[in-house]
Amino acid sequence: MQQLIAFIKKEIYHIARDRKTLLVLIGMPIVQIALFGFALSNEVKNTKLYVIDQNKDEMSVRFIEEVQASQYFDVVGYGEDVGDVDRILRSGVSQISLVVPPSFSSDLRHVNQANLQLITDAINPNVAATINAYITAISRDFRNTEMGDLKLPYTINVETRMMYNPQLKGEFAFVPGVIAMILMIICVLMTSVSIVKEKELGNMEMLLVSPTSPAIVIISKAIPYFVLSLLIISIILLMSTTILQVPIRGNIFLLYGVSSIFIITSLTLGLLISTLTNSQEIAMLISLMGMLLPTIMFGGFMFPIESMPKALQIMSNIIPAKWFYYAINDIMIKGLGWSSVYREVLILLGFTLLYMGISLKKYEIRLS
Amino acid sequence: MKPSEQSIVTKNLTKKYGTFTAVDAISFDVRKGEIFGFLGANGAGKTTAMRMLTGLSKPSSGEATVAGFDVYRDAENIKKHIGYMSQKFSLYQDLKVKENIAFYGGIYGLRREALQAASDQLIHRLGLQGEVKTMVKDLPLGWKQKLAFSISIIHQPSIVFLDEPTGGVDPVTRRQFWNMIYEAADRGITIFVTTHYMDEAEYCNRVAIMVDGKIEALGQPSELKVRFETDTMDDVFYQLARKAKRGD
Repeated sequence: MQQLIAFIKKEIYHIARDRKTLLVLIGMPIVQIALFGFALSNEVKNTKLYVIDQNKDEMSVRFIEEVQASQYFDVVGYGEDVGDVDRILRSGVSQISLVVPPSFSSDLRHVNQANLQLITDAINPNVAATINAYITAISRDFRNTEMGDLKLPYTINVETRMMYNPQLKGEFAFVPGVIAMILMIICVLMTSVSIVKEKELGNMEMLLVSPTSPAIVIISKAIPYFVLSLLIISIILLMSTTILQVPIRGNIFLLYGVSSIFIITSLTLGLLISTLTNSQEIAMLISLMGMLLPTIMFGGFMFPIESMPKALQIMSNIIPAKWFYYAINDIMIKGLGWSSVYREVLILLGFTLLYMGISLKKYEIRLS
Repeated sequence: MKPSEQSIVTKNLTKKYGTFTAVDAISFDVRKGEIFGFLGANGAGKTTAMRMLTGLSKPSSGEATVAGFDVYRDAENIKKHIGYMSQKFSLYQDLKVKENIAFYGGIYGLRREALQAASDQLIHRLGLQGEVKTMVKDLPLGWKQKLAFSISIIHQPSIVFLDEPTGGVDPVTRRQFWNMIYEAADRGITIFVTTHYMDEAEYCNRVAIMVDGKIEALGQPSELKVRFETDTMDDVFYQLARKAKRGD
């Protein structure tokens, strides 16, 4: 116990005195949340919209008001001639024109189907697609409110993001992603480098010759990073609930519980890396290239796994961050409980045991 | 000689890595309070031998006891009774002098009062009163090494293993360092030291010279010089080491 306290004290000194690293560790998630939330969001806000209403009756006006009322669009002008569109796009007055055809109201009333035309500047196809999705969502809402009592056949939308994110807020998807990424950096990178540093400086020999058990060396390295990780998760959650207004729908204790398990998984991964090498540079390289990059690629928060080739989809299963991301998404965004995340938790525990087993094996080989 | 007066006893101690025999059946005794020098070229097997004696690595065969404990069965007890310092080890640079002392005192299980007393005594002996709050990285190398040695014996071990402790230190500091070693030996601590410097070999009570995993010569420096018909330990070492077949 006394040894453990002496060790933890020492680790806290190491972390606290390395001001620059500490600043990066705490500053990075803050910057990332701000960046993803405000700048890099694939959400499009306040798009300038030019409306060509050829229908001009009560219903079309209501529809246009609906569009105007959403935070995504600002109607900047009205016209009647579709021929104006080219001029408007080129002039830069608006990037998108919405054409409501003359038959809009009557089609909707009589055949329960109406067409709208969106003419967008597709230089950025992502923006065009996003705008398309917004208008589709608004028009579906509109149809439901206008014709709701008629029990019309309903087109089922399979996009889950729409289900859990009715306002199409882009912030949702990346908050769990940023958490996973930061934990990877702190727990895997920092832990492995910190252990390898002891080896590189020759201090590990000294510690192994002392009556301290290697377990204490490892645990005392893990505890400060564990606490630091929880602190940073709290900062991220606080920022995302206040500034980005992303709600935490599920149980906060479950959220912290699952995060703690992922932290432990990452810590053991860091430990495993530290047994593979004696050089800080190599430990850093393995952590960054071997762990962080796949986490970003296969974690599910940057690129949807579902749209990857089959081989990569199978590969993504060995990335712990993927399971963490699923679990956190379920808890935070969908508000689901333990019963829907226990599978992910079990998988993470499996990874932890695997990493720990290999590390112990490696350690024994080293000793004999 | 009574067994209780021996700090280290080895008999045919051997370490093999596959077909390579790093340490080949070495046998020697080290008496209590003795300064025992362990000499050899790089790759001669000194480090491997030392690792076996400190419990870092398990012998392939042979017997050894350190501080009365068996290296196979009682490695944990050995660890409690030995100190260790290597050239590579020079404390934690980003910790203050006092914090380094507290850390190593802590891992050797010194209680608060005992630690305080040992720490004060150590700082006083080294004359570091003005430097307790200095980061170790800001101390001159010689001081670091003296501090590292003092810390390695803070828990009053019965044996201290020094692995090339004076590497890269100027002659004056080396002399001061050896004075500290003598003081420690006077207090009854057995010193087991590996070195490259042959002038340091002269300071030892007895030396063992390893060549290709075997002990080729063992005795007091004066004895060895007579036996090899030369005036310097340097020459003794050279005569033995040039027979070596193993390189680095």
